[in-house]
Amino acid sequence: MNVLEVERLSVAYGAIPAVEEVSLAVPEGGLVTVIGPNGAGKSTLLNAIMGVLPSRGAIRFDGAALGAAGIEARVERGMALVPEKRELFATMTVADNLLLGGFRFRRQAGGELERVYALFPRLKERRAQQAGTLSGGERQMLAMGRALMAKPRLLMLDEPSLGLAPLIVRDIFRIIADLRATGVAILLVEQNARAALQVADRGYVLETGRVTLEGDAGALAGDSRIVEMYLGAG
Amino acid sequence: MDSTIVAILVQDGIVNGAIYALLALSLVLVFAVTRVVFVPQGEFVAYGALTYAALDSGSTPGSLWLLCALGALAFVAGVIRRGPVLRLAVTSLVLPAVVTGLTLWLAPLKPGVAVNAALALAIVTPMAPYIYRIGFQPLAEASVLVLLIAAVAVHLVLAGLGLVFFGPEGSRATAFADFSLSLGDLTLPGQALWILGLTAALMAGLYGFFGFTLLGKALRATAVNRLGARLVGIATAQSGGIAFALAGAIGALSGILVVPLTTVYYDSGFVIGLKGFTAAIIAGMGSYPGAVLAALAVGVLESFSSFWASAFKEVIVFTAIIPVLLWRSLRHVTLEDEEE
Amino acid sequence: MSRYWPLPALAACALVPWLPGLPVFWLTLLNYIGISAILVVGVVVLTGIGGMTSFAQASFLGFGAYASAVLSTHYGLSPWLGLPAAIAVSAVAAGLIGAVTLRLRGHYLALGTMAVAMSLYYLFANLDFFGRNDGISGIPPLNLFGLSLVDGRLYLTLIWAVLVLVIVATNNLLDSRVGRAIRSLRGGALAAASFGVNTPAARQLAFVYAAVLAAIAGWLYAHLQRSVNPTPFGLNASIEYMLMAVLGGAGQVGGAVLGAVLVTVINDQLQDWLPRLLGQRGNYESIVFGLILLAVLQTAPEGLWPHLFRGRTRKRVIAPAEALPRRVMPQAGSPVLAVERLSKRFGGLIAVNEISFAVNAGEIVGLIGPNGAGKSTSFNLITGVADPSSGAVRLFGTALTGQPAREIAQRGVARSFQHVKLVPGMSVIENVAIGAHLRGQAGALAGVLRLDRAEEARLFAEAARQLARVGLAEQADRKATDLALGQQRVVEIARALCLDPVLLLLDEPAAGLRHNEKVELAALLRRLRAEGVAVLLVEHDMDFVMNLTDRLVVMDFGTKLAEGTAEAVRRDPAVIEAYLGAAQ
Repeated sequence: MNVLEVERLSVAYGAIPAVEEVSLAVPEGGLVTVIGPNGAGKSTLLNAIMGVLPSRGAIRFDGAALGAAGIEARVERGMALVPEKRELFATMTVADNLLLGGFRFRRQAGGELERVYALFPRLKERRAQQAGTLSGGERQMLAMGRALMAKPRLLMLDEPSLGLAPLIVRDIFRIIADLRATGVAILLVEQNARAALQVADRGYVLETGRVTLEGDAGALAGDSRIVEMYLGAG
Repeated sequence: MDSTIVAILVQDGIVNGAIYALLALSLVLVFAVTRVVFVPQGEFVAYGALTYAALDSGSTPGSLWLLCALGALAFVAGVIRRGPVLRLAVTSLVLPAVVTGLTLWLAPLKPGVAVNAALALAIVTPMAPYIYRIGFQPLAEASVLVLLIAAVAVHLVLAGLGLVFFGPEGSRATAFADFSLSLGDLTLPGQALWILGLTAALMAGLYGFFGFTLLGKALRATAVNRLGARLVGIATAQSGGIAFALAGAIGALSGILVVPLTTVYYDSGFVIGLKGFTAAIIAGMGSYPGAVLAALAVGVLESFSSFWASAFKEVIVFTAIIPVLLWRSLRHVTLEDEEE
Repeated sequence: MSRYWPLPALAACALVPWLPGLPVFWLTLLNYIGISAILVVGVVVLTGIGGMTSFAQASFLGFGAYASAVLSTHYGLSPWLGLPAAIAVSAVAAGLIGAVTLRLRGHYLALGTMAVAMSLYYLFANLDFFGRNDGISGIPPLNLFGLSLVDGRLYLTLIWAVLVLVIVATNNLLDSRVGRAIRSLRGGALAAASFGVNTPAARQLAFVYAAVLAAIAGWLYAHLQRSVNPTPFGLNASIEYMLMAVLGGAGQVGGAVLGAVLVTVINDQLQDWLPRLLGQRGNYESIVFGLILLAVLQTAPEGLWPHLFRGRTRKRVIAPAEALPRRVMPQAGSPVLAVERLSKRFGGLIAVNEISFAVNAGEIVGLIGPNGAGKSTSFNLITGVADPSSGAVRLFGTALTGQPAREIAQRGVARSFQHVKLVPGMSVIENVAIGAHLRGQAGALAGVLRLDRAEEARLFAEAARQLARVGLAEQADRKATDLALGQQRVVEIARALCLDPVLLLLDEPAAGLRHNEKVELAALLRRLRAEGVAVLLVEHDMDFVMNLTDRLVVMDFGTKLAEGTAEAVRRDPAVIEAYLGAAQ
């Protein structure tokens, strides 16, 4: 059973196509990654799935078509996006950021908060600090924690390793693996292709808005075409 | 000028300043959450004052019918935009109907200050979120300037409707209390104490709302990061409606507090509102404590200038904005591409 | 409309008032329409075209009216002397108010002018010198060749003739070098500044110009009405003028006239039957106007004019003209740009860390790196959009760091933008001509009086030449924002070439281009290289970069990871790891 199915999704900025006829699926509890070079349309794809950007094509969540559902409705159904720029509430405390993550589910917020703190002990230490004063790695953790507060069934991560030092990147990928073990399905967009393919079950390669390769993550990791795609054919 | 006069002027200024502070706070709030410069704030002051004055005199305020009409329009606007029909019906049709029923029943009974004030608030406050839904929600993605022009348009409409529903005559209401407090040479009238007390209480209430409730935090979150707020499922249109409702309530309450002190006309609110603006602009449209301090300063400046040069008090108050803007512009690097 | 429309229009101004059977009531209405239209043309220039919102335009009308009223009553001067006085007073006031508010964000100008309007209103209403609330009456009428213009018909001719001249002058201004600067303010100010446009001066000029038109309208008003009082100069009047502009169409001069006609006529009708409907007298038309304004903003924010008169694309005739003088290009291989230990910190974050590299004349260098590597920040530091925390950028050995964008352009550095920045309302060739801004000198007055035609011909000949060079000559007269995004990028390159650059900085020039367009772009860049231009480009498209550049600078985590030829860089294990990431 797939939790997310995307069929022939296209997104355009004005007349300029950014994503063209992309189809992909994320199975329940699975970890799927979309990799590709800069500017391939990866972030655009996630934003369209979350409803931040208008798109054509079909998006099905839990088998039901999302149609024109707004972001709030998608959050309520169990979708969450951790955006590339994190979009934290910078002048509010870490604890408030997390509480607001559960805005739509305020009744169960207490239990979730403890779960998130258990997953990210660092956030518990910093809970009274303003989000804007956190380090890059902590911000990413807070963004992920905030998304988890809504108890999503599908977590979409947009370049979680972006701008982080290698040591922190390793932490983030370990956390992604941990999260997956809790049963939430993950759609991971990454530029760090090797690390992404190592944690994922399945991968899609996006190039200039189209899926050019897809398959088992392990097989993709060994595909020589990927180096060429990232660094040009010469 | 002796110290007694200074004390009286300061006292006067602080009482007026307290009202400006309330208005400045709600202007900063509405701007932060919706990017709307809420020009019609002054009309809410006048509506609150005149509605309360009508109830005080035992008659049915005309604004009641305006409430029903705006509710019906907001319902239609919401249905066109495919909002949830049942909830829309409750908030925009049932609520005005209940308020109307209560008012028609209670108004002739002259139920006293507290009930009158509550009724006036109930009549005027919901108009603000209705106006948000009708006028501003379709423009949610527009630039600050377009929203500002729309706000000016709403001001025109409300000022004209004020004349239709309240007539050209001014009104004044009886004070909340007829006691007064003597502090040495100084006599503090009861109404002034009411104003200061309620202002302080309201500020404490707002502080609590924004600091400790999830809804208040959601409003702050919308102001800090709109995309972030949408991603956690906060509907920005809903936040906008709440911000407008708060501003409407604060405006109406300011009017209710002021009308026992001075005669209020249908168009008196605008100048009062603009002074709230002066304070909000001085504080940079961003800081709540700054807005309160600036508002108190505006009040005191106004009372001193009305003593020294009463004909020019408005000139002095509105010109006070210029040195502040000058200071800001000297500190600011030129922004090249802020428009659109 | 033909270029010669002002002639029949002026004839109509002289004849229409004498039409038999023209009711006096219409005569009066037309007088007020004309006066409003003159002022609203200024609102169009300021708000619709320049993107600045002012709620003090009626106050400037007041300055004009009171200036002439005071001079002609208190001092008995000729009303004709009132005109220069009105213009001078208004222009000085606008200059002062503009200096304070124009540097701030848009809504501060709007709110600041609102406060100014209130304060001026109370000032007029409380000074004995201005007759307080009663104002000044007994203002003498205008005399022309011994003929007193007391007659509404003669005055109508005067007002509408002035309106025609104002429209001609405004069209001339907008179609000049300075006019393009004003038109670029809305949405294209950053780009314009990068090509040497003094954007603060352009803002100030638009503000003063609008105030001057308001003053002229005020002067006409004072001598038509023969008395002045504070009410027509208050905030509500300014709001009404704003309404005229928004309703008619703030983007075109024609919209000003349309809006003035509509609002004045509707106003007159409403004042007639609204009180009858509501059974009492009062200012009810504001309700209707507010609703109209809201409806227009929600459904047709660009106003009615564009819906009624579809703008035909005007074909600009490019006359052969003497070529503009060119810069002396440096010797190929000589150093042009030197980036020295450049760093940028945001708070605790180091976005760019001690980057050093050089670009020489006749060389194409690519700046590449994964997302978030600091390329865009570096590019902004080099182009002067952001200031570095430490380090220097040098052009021919002298520092560019800390220089305003204008100065950098002056020295021959031209750029394109990652997010295309073309002026939305302008044609392709006009956008390209902004690139040649620094190669002309004509000022506003020369533009208004059309003394700039020879220079304009040279600028446009240059723009046409560069447009042909990038292969877009066919598109010259289309609206720039109607082109595909890839083509818009190429228009940006043509604009950059108009600067006659020694150094060309391109931010993702190949993004959005089709394959054959990329091939043509690469060929163009190679030709520029052969001419001795130094080119630095940030690019995502690796095929494009690898095949074109002489050298690549690779960034990761804000530092320089590698530098060398495309081949060397492609084989560098550190670069491969940066792009594909390390396995955990």
